[in-house]
Amino acid sequence: MKERLLLVTAAFGLLPVSIFAAAPILIENATVLTITNGTIARGSVLVRDGKIAAVGENIKAPAGATVINADGKFLMPGIIDCHSHIIAEAINEGTLSVSSMVDVGDVLNPEDIAIYRALAGGVTTANILHGSANSIGGKCVVVKTRWGKSAEELKFQGALPGIKFALGENPKRRGEVSFGAPSPTPPRYPGTRMGVEEVIREAFTQAKEYQASWKTYEAKKAKGEIAIPPARDLKLEPLVEVLEGKRLVHAHCYRQDEILMLLHVADEFGFKIRTLQHVLEGYKVADEIKAHGAGASTFSDWWAYKVEAYDAIPYNAAIMMKRGVLVSLNSDDAELMRHLNTEAAKTMKYGGLTETEALSTITINPAKQLMIEKRVGSIEVGKDADMVIYDQHPLSTFAKVEKVLIDGQVYFDRNKDIEGRPEKEKEKKLLITKAAEEQKKAAPTGGGSRRPTQ
Amino acid sequence: MKTSFLLPKTLLVLLCAALAGLSAEGPQVFAIRNTRVVRVSGPPIEDGTVVVRDGLIEAVGANVKVPPDAWVIEGKGLTVYPGMIDALSTWGIPGAAPPAAAGGGRRGGGGGPAAPTTPQSVIRGPEDRPSNTSYLKAADQIVAADPSIETGRNAGFTTAATFPNSNIFAGQGVIFDLAGERSGSMIVSPSAGTYIAMRSAGGFGGSFPGSLMGIMAYVHQIYLDADHYKLAKQIYSQHPQGLQRPAYDRTLEGVLESPRVLLPAARAVEVDRMIRFARELNRSAVLYGGDEAWRAVDLLKQSGTPILVSLKWPERSRDADPAAQDSLHTLEMRDKAPGTPGALAKGGVKFAFYTDGLATQQDINRSVKRALDAGLTQADAVRALTLSPAEIYGVSDRLGSIDKGKIANLVVTEGELFQDKTKVKYVFVDGLKFEPAAPAAPARRNTEATQ
Repeated sequence: MKERLLLVTAAFGLLPVSIFAAAPILIENATVLTITNGTIARGSVLVRDGKIAAVGENIKAPAGATVINADGKFLMPGIIDCHSHIIAEAINEGTLSVSSMVDVGDVLNPEDIAIYRALAGGVTTANILHGSANSIGGKCVVVKTRWGKSAEELKFQGALPGIKFALGENPKRRGEVSFGAPSPTPPRYPGTRMGVEEVIREAFTQAKEYQASWKTYEAKKAKGEIAIPPARDLKLEPLVEVLEGKRLVHAHCYRQDEILMLLHVADEFGFKIRTLQHVLEGYKVADEIKAHGAGASTFSDWWAYKVEAYDAIPYNAAIMMKRGVLVSLNSDDAELMRHLNTEAAKTMKYGGLTETEALSTITINPAKQLMIEKRVGSIEVGKDADMVIYDQHPLSTFAKVEKVLIDGQVYFDRNKDIEGRPEKEKEKKLLITKAAEEQKKAAPTGGGSRRPTQ
Repeated sequence: MKTSFLLPKTLLVLLCAALAGLSAEGPQVFAIRNTRVVRVSGPPIEDGTVVVRDGLIEAVGANVKVPPDAWVIEGKGLTVYPGMIDALSTWGIPGAAPPAAAGGGRRGGGGGPAAPTTPQSVIRGPEDRPSNTSYLKAADQIVAADPSIETGRNAGFTTAATFPNSNIFAGQGVIFDLAGERSGSMIVSPSAGTYIAMRSAGGFGGSFPGSLMGIMAYVHQIYLDADHYKLAKQIYSQHPQGLQRPAYDRTLEGVLESPRVLLPAARAVEVDRMIRFARELNRSAVLYGGDEAWRAVDLLKQSGTPILVSLKWPERSRDADPAAQDSLHTLEMRDKAPGTPGALAKGGVKFAFYTDGLATQQDINRSVKRALDAGLTQADAVRALTLSPAEIYGVSDRLGSIDKGKIANLVVTEGELFQDKTKVKYVFVDGLKFEPAAPAAPARRNTEATQ
């Protein structure tokens, strides 16, 4: 029993990743969907030191390589979800309209089972966003679904950090005055869409002043004048980073009017909106979105859950893509995250995208939106070996994920998972029996218990 | 023994003594001879003598002469230990609830409701200093007659590190001895550290900070502000003319006064998170909680962060639905929690125990026993309740072991500490001798009488 407990422990291990030269892996005889360089009907991919070392039809396995025969199977790049809230132990700091001091990256829970489930759905990279309660939400982080690793080790090193903005109903809801009935809590500004705009303007005005105060101080210091430096402000620092292009803005939005508003504000203050999230009315203003250079990360066919989300069509992704907008499909949900491949497939029915275009909405396009396309998003030599083996074409609803590799390491193996279940069940039963015995032994005697009993 | 000294005293003294729950009058010199001495700072002395004079340890050793003026205690069959220290306590503050379960996140039923903060019209952010009483000192709140002091003493404790525990920045802890007529004379160190609780009224409609990440951002901002405050004051004091004066801020004064910060970490994920957070704060930190620290031994060791381990091991709630399923992870966490101290000791991590609401000797014994069964050695268990907490709080030059010149805080037992049948015979606090009252017989419900 002791040995078994140790095994489980190791699976949850928080130990730092040991950097060891793993044996090369050759995946052969697969239909390789490279996304960026077409499809190889019977191809192989060689993985070495966590990277894709070779892609082609005739690759010989190097000495000592692990060979995975994927005959009849499909190999594609790991799915990238540009909008997720899994792993975060807090989603919203919903108390302030500008909460840019908080960081979702501070509260990652690497033991969230949703990581494993997303992995089993082929997702290897996710953009973990703050919620949409505030006009300017919190700082966000890009992670890889490295199940079993620590919070720090989940983080996608080299990816730019992000920040969440939100427009419309969510950020203004708490400010809405309900006529007649008194509000249970004091209302929070803003209560209208124009108020949301004003909050963003105000915040960036402050950020510019803050930026200037540091410059003034540096100038004084350079001249040898006595000066007290400005206090570091965790709320304004990330906004300065946005102004300097060091932090990506992901903006939750639905309606075309507010989308245009945000693009104008950003243009005026001289920063970029990297992605518009949800953006259900994006099809109405696709040209303006393209002109600003924003990406659009939307749903395939999820809408009408509130008034501002009614004027939506399933052709949204395809229309925007055809107008030249960089489009991705996201989940915003732990369950939907597990079958983003079928979400992508819907763009073929609604809008007539090609297979590659459809798959690009969950691979290379979100990679570009997150500015990590040099590392992930397609099967190309030199990129991270983040790949998924499906038993059937991933755009089929019948397709199942068989194996998932991240950095050339197998993080999910369907067969191993199934084989391991009886053992885990046994383990669980043992622990339940043991705990029950312990509790019996320590049954409270007389006045031992401080709990009131009835 | 005591009575002969008390007889000639006036009624007033008796009354005072009764109120304080102790006899302040007594011999000033004791010698416990022919006894086993577990010094903790060195190997045990199998047959030795400990001499106590005027509240301090005058001598300890195998060949120590008993001074002629000493009150002699025959120590054959007894063992003398340093008095135990509750490393995170609420003893001494009347009405204080036990410190909340350490939780950056969840544990059992959660950390309980947050204490109400000072009502303020609207909290606009960290600048309004919500939920912050960093300037409060537990040292100012200790009440000498608080009954928890005697309860703790009866269980063999002579010292507690008591912290205020409402608000996120609850205030500063105190190291104090569990006996004395006035609180001032009981205090060993009035500035033990800043206690941070990571819980909030939370959610929508509440005040900032309403989430774990909000609390972390807030705490971080306060420490940045404190450093800036210190710097600004220093520059201003040198150049008061031509510079705007920094605004006085009591919350930052409180933070700057404190030598360390206590951060909650029960789960391994939280240990990892808080170690990184402490680095970000650039403060010396002590973690508290520790249920799952057995999985984070290496992280603790590498960072040199000490941890206070709750003696209240996590278990399935007795009120839980019997049909409800616990996850394998939860089951494993409960099973392994008592193994934490043993794992920490083996890994060379500095740790101490805290009673977390357990008060009777019986409850504490049972808890420590589970840690012993799970691999902790007796010597390490004793250390975790004596010298280690003293070291963690920087008072090991005065407390925590039986050495010449240290404060005479001792517990004298019949049998080894933590064993079922062991009796606490005497407790010495600041050189004053106490005999714990026999534990009350367990209250039995008389079912027949109601028929």
